[in-house]
Amino acid sequence: MSICVRIPTPLRKFTEGVAELEADGANVGEVLDTLCGQYGEFKSRLFKEDGSLNRFVNVFVNEEDIRFGDDLKTAVKDGDEISIIQAVAGG
Amino acid sequence: MSFVNGLKCRECGQAYDVQPLHVCEMCFGPLEVVYDYDGLRRTLTRERIEAGPPSLWRYRDLLPIEGEPVTGLVSGWTPLRRAPRLEREWGCSELWIKDDSVNCPTLSYKERVVSVAISKAVEFGFKTVGCASTGNLGNSVSAHAAAVGLEAYVMIPHDLEQGKVLGSQIFGPNLVRIRGNYDDVNRLCAEIADKYGWAIVNVNLRPFYTEGAKTFGFEVAEQLGWRLPRHMVVPTAGGTILPKVWKAFQELTQLGLVDETPCSIYSAQAAGCNPVVTAVHAGTDIIKPQKPNTIAKSIAIGNPADGYYVVQAVSESGGWAESASDEEIVAAIKQLARCEGIFTEPAGGTTVAVTKKLIEQGRINKDESVVISITGNGLKTQEAVLGKLDEGVIIDAKLREFDEVVVKQRVPEPAGT
Repeated sequence: MSICVRIPTPLRKFTEGVAELEADGANVGEVLDTLCGQYGEFKSRLFKEDGSLNRFVNVFVNEEDIRFGDDLKTAVKDGDEISIIQAVAGG
Repeated sequence: MSFVNGLKCRECGQAYDVQPLHVCEMCFGPLEVVYDYDGLRRTLTRERIEAGPPSLWRYRDLLPIEGEPVTGLVSGWTPLRRAPRLEREWGCSELWIKDDSVNCPTLSYKERVVSVAISKAVEFGFKTVGCASTGNLGNSVSAHAAAVGLEAYVMIPHDLEQGKVLGSQIFGPNLVRIRGNYDDVNRLCAEIADKYGWAIVNVNLRPFYTEGAKTFGFEVAEQLGWRLPRHMVVPTAGGTILPKVWKAFQELTQLGLVDETPCSIYSAQAAGCNPVVTAVHAGTDIIKPQKPNTIAKSIAIGNPADGYYVVQAVSESGGWAESASDEEIVAAIKQLARCEGIFTEPAGGTTVAVTKKLIEQGRINKDESVVISITGNGLKTQEAVLGKLDEGVIIDAKLREFDEVVVKQRVPEPAGT
């Protein structure tokens, strides 16, 4: 199974500028864990020590915020696209 | 010359040089401007501010630009008006309206954040600016960019009120109307800022942008005679203004420009989009996003990233938060117009309605000073009240018809006839 993950700019310096990566996992948490396994610097930037996402990290599956789904347990399937976006607002 | 020392992450404290960066590279937290408060304490006095221009730039020492401001020279310094008829309606002794519905040039509080952001964008050498907007920000960015001669990209949800769309279009930006709600637009803008290196004012210039919101608070304190109000009600959309008003009051106190007196700040949201109110009522600082459903489109932000800081400011100041239904919002717009001659948009109606609720609940004491924050103008959001107002009458230009139709039917008989 292959999920496309869009990497935000602040993390691209660890992926040599690559903006989209492929990773495996049955849900969002597993996919992100796979990535953190490959890129050690991701973990502390994305996750708190208790394993929950950092407050200012928003994750989307096919443009839908995972907090409207099952958070890190939101299921993903082949062809889905995960986006990691720094939270901003204003308006 | 400024009193800016650098940038700092609000979450983990990581320090950065002044640059167009808005996200901490260590924890993704938001960055904030850091000032040299010791230097400010030695330099900044009430007299120095009072000698400044009648605009938001009178507070220049507390704003993050190095040279002369390039825009906003007529922005800010809006009226702080007493509201005597509303006081009588509600049984209050001291009600004030801070009226940004007349803020030049595009009639909303956004002039404050945009004036600072665009001045900073020019200092950084950007030639293209942009924003994600629910309307007022787009209007402001379009106008200031046009006046300064910058290219602008304005990203908005496709279904905004006509006045808000026109209010950007007229200045000639590249207008991008997105099929989605504001949160969708915002997410796209974060990606655009990453990819194209434009100065998206509420994204990658955010630390500088948000400082402009402090001027709303500075002006209230100065216009009250250099004192803090006991209560202040502020609408919450993305969460920029409320924490910055609190910061403004804290800075003035810290610098000895006002006495340290209790001041509680209250967040006002629409019932159809109230993630911050929900968190405050539940006693948590974790904001659960919502899908907005309200006529108050300008504050329909279901995922307010600064929501956490709103909850924090409300809690630190001993304030609270409340929501208003769409019906209550429209009624409040009308009440403010009829009592005080101010026509505000639904965000302002929300704030008026919530203030009334907080007073009725006894959370705001009727005998203490209250400031209601009016952040936008009702002429831009006519859809909210269209069809809900007295249509008046149509008659021919005949005195008899006027006598019959207008006077007899509509004008009450004077006493004694």
